[in-house]
This record gives sequence, C-alpha cells and structure tokens, in this order.
Amino acid sequence: MSGHTSSYEPTSRWGKWWDERLPVARMMHAQFVAFPTPRNLNYLWTFGGILFLCLAAQLVTGIILAMHYQVGDATAFNSLEHIRRDVNFGWLIRNIHAVGSSMFFIAVYIHIFRGLYYGSYKAPREVLWILGVIILLVMMATAFLGYTLPWGQMSFWAVTVITNLFSALDTIWAGLGTGIVEWLWGGYSVSGVTLNRFFSLHYLLPFVLVGIVILHIWALHVVGQNNPTGIEIKEPSEAVPMHPYATSKDLFGMFAFILLFAWFVFFLPDYLGHPDNYIEANPLVTPPHIVPEWYFLPFYAILRAFTGSFLGIPLGSLAKLLGVVAMFGSIAVLAFAPWLDTSRVRSAKYRPMFKWAFWTFAFTCLALGYLGAKPAEGVYVLWAQIFTVLYFAYFLVAMPVLGLIETPSKLPRSINEAVLGPDAAAQKH
Amino acid sequence: MTTMKRRLTALALAASLAASASAALLSGPAYAAGDAAAAGGHGAEIARQQWPFSGFKGTFDKAQLQRGFQVYSEVCAACHGLNRVNFRNLVQPGGPEFPEEAVKALAAKWPNQITDGPNDEGKMFDRPALLSDPMRGPYKNEKEARAAQNGAYPPDLSLIAKARGVTRDPAWWKHPFLMLGDIINTYQEGGADYLYALLTGYVDAPAGVKVNDGMYYNSHFAGNQIGMPPPLAEGSVTYQDGTKGTVDNYARDISAFLTWTADPTQDQRKRIGWQVMLYLLVTTVLLYLGKKRVWSKIKH
Repeated sequence: MSGHTSSYEPTSRWGKWWDERLPVARMMHAQFVAFPTPRNLNYLWTFGGILFLCLAAQLVTGIILAMHYQVGDATAFNSLEHIRRDVNFGWLIRNIHAVGSSMFFIAVYIHIFRGLYYGSYKAPREVLWILGVIILLVMMATAFLGYTLPWGQMSFWAVTVITNLFSALDTIWAGLGTGIVEWLWGGYSVSGVTLNRFFSLHYLLPFVLVGIVILHIWALHVVGQNNPTGIEIKEPSEAVPMHPYATSKDLFGMFAFILLFAWFVFFLPDYLGHPDNYIEANPLVTPPHIVPEWYFLPFYAILRAFTGSFLGIPLGSLAKLLGVVAMFGSIAVLAFAPWLDTSRVRSAKYRPMFKWAFWTFAFTCLALGYLGAKPAEGVYVLWAQIFTVLYFAYFLVAMPVLGLIETPSKLPRSINEAVLGPDAAAQKH
Repeated sequence: MTTMKRRLTALALAASLAASASAALLSGPAYAAGDAAAAGGHGAEIARQQWPFSGFKGTFDKAQLQRGFQVYSEVCAACHGLNRVNFRNLVQPGGPEFPEEAVKALAAKWPNQITDGPNDEGKMFDRPALLSDPMRGPYKNEKEARAAQNGAYPPDLSLIAKARGVTRDPAWWKHPFLMLGDIINTYQEGGADYLYALLTGYVDAPAGVKVNDGMYYNSHFAGNQIGMPPPLAEGSVTYQDGTKGTVDNYARDISAFLTWTADPTQDQRKRIGWQVMLYLLVTTVLLYLGKKRVWSKIKH
C-alpha cells in the first residue's frame, strides 16, 4: 500500500520530542488518519468499527460487573440480583453487558456475511480472514463461558450439555472423552468448581481477543480493505484518507447501531434471554427444553441433526461424534474458504450464479437458527439434516464448482470506472 | 449501485431479524420450578393482557401495586416469600411508594421474623423485621416447606414474573413478522400474562381427566395439575380504594405487583431510556449530516 507511509509532521516541541523516541503518534497518523480507504465502500464496511465498539463496551461493562459479581455456586445468582436491584445503575451495566453479547454477534455475523459476499477472504487477505475466524471462535468461547456466570437454570444446563459433547471422543478412545469432560468440570458434574474456572477464563479471553483483533487490524492495514467491486485500488484517486472520510461514515454507522442497541437495553432487556435463567441453577431439575443463546442456534441445529441416522443413513454409535465434528467443522470450514473458492472474481456482484448460492446460504443459516430452537424431533430433524447438507454444500460444492463453470458478468476495469462510469474514469486517467 | 444498496439493507435487516427471531423462539413453555417441571405438557394458549406497564411507554400504576401488595400479604404470603424484596423497597420511587412510617410498622408486625445472631451468649434469635430486611416467607428452608405443604414447594415469588413467559407456536414463516412486532412494541410482559392466566385458570377438569390427590386442575399450568389450591376467591381481600373484589382484579393486581418485585427499576429504566434514545437520535442525525458534508465532493 503506497500512500500510507506517514505524512505526519509534529508541530509542537513536545510532539517532536516523542517522535524521535517513540513515534506512536506517527504510526497512528499513518494507520488511522492518512490510511487510504477505497472511495466506494458501502455501509456494510462500518461493521468493523461497530465491532470495535462492541468489544470496548463488553470490556468496560464486564470489568465493572466483576467488581460486584461474587463467583460461587451459592453466591453467583444472588449477586446478579444484588447488581440488578441494589448497585447504583447496576441494572444498566448488567443490561448493556447481557444485550451487548447479542449485539456483538449480530454485528460479527453481518461482518462475516459481508466478507463472504464480496469475496474478502480471497488472496491476499487469507491471513486477515483466518484471524477473523479465530476471533469468531474466541468470541464464541467467551460468550459461552459468560453465559454460565449468572448461574441460572439455562446457564447450568447449557454448560452441562455443551461440555458433555467432549464425551463423544469416547468412541475414538474409551475414557478419553469422559476424562476431558471431568477435567473441564473439575469434578464429576458441573458445580461451583466449574463456575470458578469459567469465570477466570471469561475474564481472560476478552484480552486474548484484543490481541487477535490487533493482529486482524494489522493484517488489514498491510493488504488494505476490499470494496464492493472486489477490485484493488489501482491509483490514488480511488482512495480517500481514512480521516475524515471513513471516520465520519463509521461514526454515523456506530450511532445508528447504538440506537438499536439502546432499544434493547432499555425496552427489551430480557427479549434475547430465556425466562429459565431467572431460576437459580438446580442440578436436580432439568428444564424441558435446553436451548443455547440465539447466536449458537444454527450450530446447535447442526449438532442435533445427527440422530441415530442422517437422511436415512444409519449412524449407529458414531452419531454423537459426527454431530460434534460437524458442529465444529461448520466453523472450521470458514477458514478454508480462501482455497475452496476457485473463482478469480472476488465480488458476488459480478457472479450471477454465486449470488444465488450466497443467498441460499444466508437463508440456510436463518433456517438452522429456527430449527435450533425447536425440539429435535419429527420433521424438524429432517429439515435440520437437509439444511446441514446445504450449509456444507456452500463451502464444499458451490465455492469450488461455481468458480469453474460460471461466466462472470463484465467487471469494471477499476474502482473509478465503477463509481464514475467508463468515460469519466478514462478522462481522469 | 442503488439496487445493491437496497439488497445490502435487506441483508442487514435479515441478519438482525434472525437474531431477534431466534430469541423469540427461545421462550420455551413456561413451567414451574420444582415438581411441576417434571410434569411436562403444554397449557392452553395464553392471552396477552393490557397492563399499565405494557410496552415502551408503560409505567407501573402505584395504586395497582399497592392493591397487589395487599393481595400478596393477605393471601400469597401464607406460603410464599419475597426474599429479594426488602421492606425499604416498598417505600422507594417507582414502586407501591407506601409511606415510610407505615412500612416500618408493617415490617415490625410481619409474622415471619428475621433470624439474627449470634448474640452475646452465642445463640441465634428471632427479631422483628426492619426496613432493611427482606420479606421472608413462612418457611426457613425448602425441606420445612415441603413437609408443611404435602410435598409441594411454594417458590419464592421475587423473580417469578421474569422466570415465566408465554409461548407461541406459529407457522415458521410468520415468525419474523411476529418477532418484528414484538421488538417494535417491546413486548416484555410474558411473565405477568402467564401469572394472570394461571391465577384465573382454575377450572373443572374436563371429563376423563383424573386429578391426583392433593392436586388441582389448572388450564394454564404445564401438565394441568398444580399443587397450589385456588388461592383467590371472590371477596377474600377487601380493597381500600373501592376497586371491586373480583378474582379477575386480584389476579391482575398481584401479577402487576410481582412484575414490580422482579423488576423494581423498570420505571427508571424506561424513563432514562427515552432520554438516551432522544440523545442518540439527535446525535445520529447530526453525524449523518456531517458525513454527508464531508463526502459532498467525493462521488462514491
């Protein structure tokens, strides 16, 4: 990326003094002020900034919550109620944190779908993309650990179900899975011991996340942003400096997003949660339907699609293991997208067939989310199996095959041509 | 370019819909903690009621909360505690707002005293409640409750309105629309709707249904058999403000009161919420205008 070498000139003596010793301001200026961003970015590109905001909000509210939260199976639930009722504005901090996790996932899913649509995973952005997949995984782990902390019925039983997944490894090596599960639990069942370690990890992982996010941004600033045309910046006039152009747009996007966020925080704080989590954890009473948080539902549907048989194929004792492998595979497969997609055209805008595959995939994810909330019985299982196949077909069939058989529509020669039209672009050239 | 933008908007909308969709789906069938959970089965469809605190504009009706507290103290308190509610909360703004002196007197006379201690002789002792004490139920622990209640466990009611909800099971394609409706109307009153339906749901068992010993038939309880005898009867509580002593009124008032005990900061939350929304709206519009101006010379 030419153009983002620094044009920073410290004006004050203080600024010069630092610039000769630790040029942080120079770096920030080069990366976040003068950094060239494509002129044709649409509002889907504001979600990176929105995600940064989500992470910051979770960190700040989480650190405050930890000041009042009392980990332990006898104290956790009560301390949450103490925060809601007696801590000054505790209800607000707690709502922001709880709703914030959902908002984080809404934003990250939009961010990922944007990347998939415009081919942002393709060379030279593979490392950037894979770092993103790792961020998603760490986010999921953090959210899952965090959901344990209120120690309500759904917290307790979700942990029980999800940690038990590892016992599927018993089919590979007897005792391996059970051993891992007991090691995770710190005992023979989910207990206060489990809660303690989950709290510790829930406090740790967000900082790991910060580290990976820094790498993600670093990688982004090496290769530069993709854009709706999927064509790289070819001349300086196709880019605008990050500030004030991208920053003004991002700031507007962020506030529009906070509007939605605040609507949930103030008027729908429990809408995204489950009533059962207002009942204190009770190992002796199993809720009739154990469901994860909404953002895990598509993956939960994939897990449960593997019953005794899959689309008529008997699975026998392997069913559970295959379900677990498919669930983790459904995220892992994202990391291979850069090599699974054989098309040289990045943006789905110019790929008539791939566009269909993309929207089918988007619908598939919504359908899996719906099915994940339904009981795993009757016709729901069949549909979950069909959509599981469609989910993987997007990566394993549509991506490699469409690139070979599809004729892309005519690409503009440059970003300028896409924005200004062929004549004006030629003139400018 | 514009078609693409429209499609992107659709994508963003779809994603946020999906998010809220799944959430709405999550409200599984309401069931009671303890014995009832094992019973399973669905109750009848629960109708949504109009509450003074419904939706984003609603606030608690002080008079209704006071009546609801009267129903609680004269009926429910015989078996159920409100351990997360302190007497002082009855005085605070956004609740029943009883006068402090009256609540002090009430606390002192509350039949379920506070176990305190140890005293100088190392003994635990019972003492009358103070403003800062919780509203205890009659039982010291679950075992004592079950022993007294024929094996059933009357749960603490502090959070009951949040721990219950209503289910809907519409056709799959209707879900996004219903969810969007709930998000716009900010439907959060499932707990109150459920409690009202339960308390007015004691009916004669249909022919052929055998009700077990010590159980009662309820059309809205999961499994339809509930250990709690019908708690409300016409005229059993005499309201001071002239409101008619009907089961329907009792059920409404106690459901409203228990919504407050589960969410005592609701009025404050909604009031601040509007201020925040207004601030955000103005700022967002200003930022949009700023952005437009910054970009005015750049075709994009």
